[in-house]
Amino acid sequence: MIQVFRRDVVLSIRSGGGFGLALIFFLIVVVLVPFALGPDQSLLAKIGPGLLWLGALLACLLSLDRIFGMDYEDGTLDLLATSPLPLEGVYLAKSAAHWLTTGLPIALAAPVLGVLLNLNFYVSGVLCLSLLLGTPTLSLIGSFGATLTLGVKRGGLLLSLLVLPLYIPTLIFGALAVHAAALGHTFEGPLIFISAISLGAIAILPFFSAAALRINLS
Amino acid sequence: MPELGKYATEVASAYGVTFLLLVIVSIFYWQKSRIFKRRLLAVEMRKDA
Amino acid sequence: MSIQSGIKYFWSSFWQLANPKIFMGWSGLWLPWVIACTVICLSTGLIWGFFFTPDDVRQGSTVKIIYLHVPSALMAINGYFLIVVGSLFWLIRRQHVSVLAAKAAAPVGMTMTLIALATGAIWGQPMWGTYWVWDPRLTSFLILFLFYIGYLALWKAIEDEDKAADLTSVLALVGAVFAVLSRYAVLFWNQGLHQGTTVTIADGVNQENISSVFFQPLLLSMVGFGLLFFALLLVGTRTEVRARRLKVLEAFERAH
Repeated sequence: MIQVFRRDVVLSIRSGGGFGLALIFFLIVVVLVPFALGPDQSLLAKIGPGLLWLGALLACLLSLDRIFGMDYEDGTLDLLATSPLPLEGVYLAKSAAHWLTTGLPIALAAPVLGVLLNLNFYVSGVLCLSLLLGTPTLSLIGSFGATLTLGVKRGGLLLSLLVLPLYIPTLIFGALAVHAAALGHTFEGPLIFISAISLGAIAILPFFSAAALRINLS
Repeated sequence: MPELGKYATEVASAYGVTFLLLVIVSIFYWQKSRIFKRRLLAVEMRKDA
Repeated sequence: MSIQSGIKYFWSSFWQLANPKIFMGWSGLWLPWVIACTVICLSTGLIWGFFFTPDDVRQGSTVKIIYLHVPSALMAINGYFLIVVGSLFWLIRRQHVSVLAAKAAAPVGMTMTLIALATGAIWGQPMWGTYWVWDPRLTSFLILFLFYIGYLALWKAIEDEDKAADLTSVLALVGAVFAVLSRYAVLFWNQGLHQGTTVTIADGVNQENISSVFFQPLLLSMVGFGLLFFALLLVGTRTEVRARRLKVLEAFERAH
């Protein structure tokens, strides 16, 4: 399992997709927004949190079909299926690798980019925390969607369509936490909800995804 | 026709949209049913012949 | 016949419907009657509601939209529920008819969602002053609409029928979990404009929330929408069963 994880991380870094792609996309979104909406500081501070969350979500979507796509095409996935590692483990390892190469860098970069959107230090901290807790869910749900659309040619759009409704609860609570912090309210409630969704996703989705993988490989 | 008062457009368009959608979906199901019924019948005839 | 043996008989004959041949015979027999009842209930309910009910004191004549909005919303949710149940039966018992019924329910469920959204928007403009608000109920319905589109798109995208049935069933189950989650998430996110549930059977009896002048035609059109849904479901499932058989026969022809 650790080997699958390591292999995926190394592959995505070497192929130049993983780390760079999501992060650069995130950067582009954040940099372009002030140009689109005008440089009004108070407006940027108001919409900043939600915007950073939206950017993170879209950046996550961008690399989803790579999680299983290549391995499915060149037969690696068939090999993995016959290995002693259960498919639930393959799914978890691949989701973790995806998170490490997209979710984690985005969560760490968000406070830095938050400065551009006039977020103060405190709000940026909460933003970073909420992204750290929330992006694992995005990766988990995303790889679940990827297992569903494995056999589909050009499944990228379909994948986004399937995954978007599932992302909504995480997005709501994530943005809610940061907004609450920006307004000076308590933000623990939404954060607890995000963590609950993440834990629930870790508990349930491996079984559904492994089932979908088995169906696709049969 | 009942007196719809100042909301006549709203009520009429709500009923209009609903009927339109219901008719479209019904025709969709009906057409699909007819096509497959005919195709299946043709294949069954060939099989029996 | 005692009640127990009656229930037992019902379930044994219910499961027999999983046999495509028995299903086709049974549905073919009942379909004309279901269609006839649909026409009667729907036309009576809507004509009664449209022509012979008074205007509401506050809402004026827009109250007449309720005879379309509430039944379609009800069937939109029931449609998704039916997809989940059909998928579950398919995954557990591997009976084709149940998953084909789930597939057949999707387009009409999607249409019902669209009707509920459209009539709600038309009603919202004069009453709330806007076509659309990001209110929990409205948002949930928009999410429901997205689910329907995704479900149908996945069916379309996968060539192999059994594989498509399996994968869409998995999607429907996970979707159901997240549908409940979204429902509660949007409640936190925005306290809405939408009024609480207006119609329950108990209200109709107690006449607290809604007066019986409006309730009786509403009930009738709810039954009408339900029957229409059922009729289209039967037609659709029959089509899917036929399509399945057609595919088998054509493959057989090619092989010989």
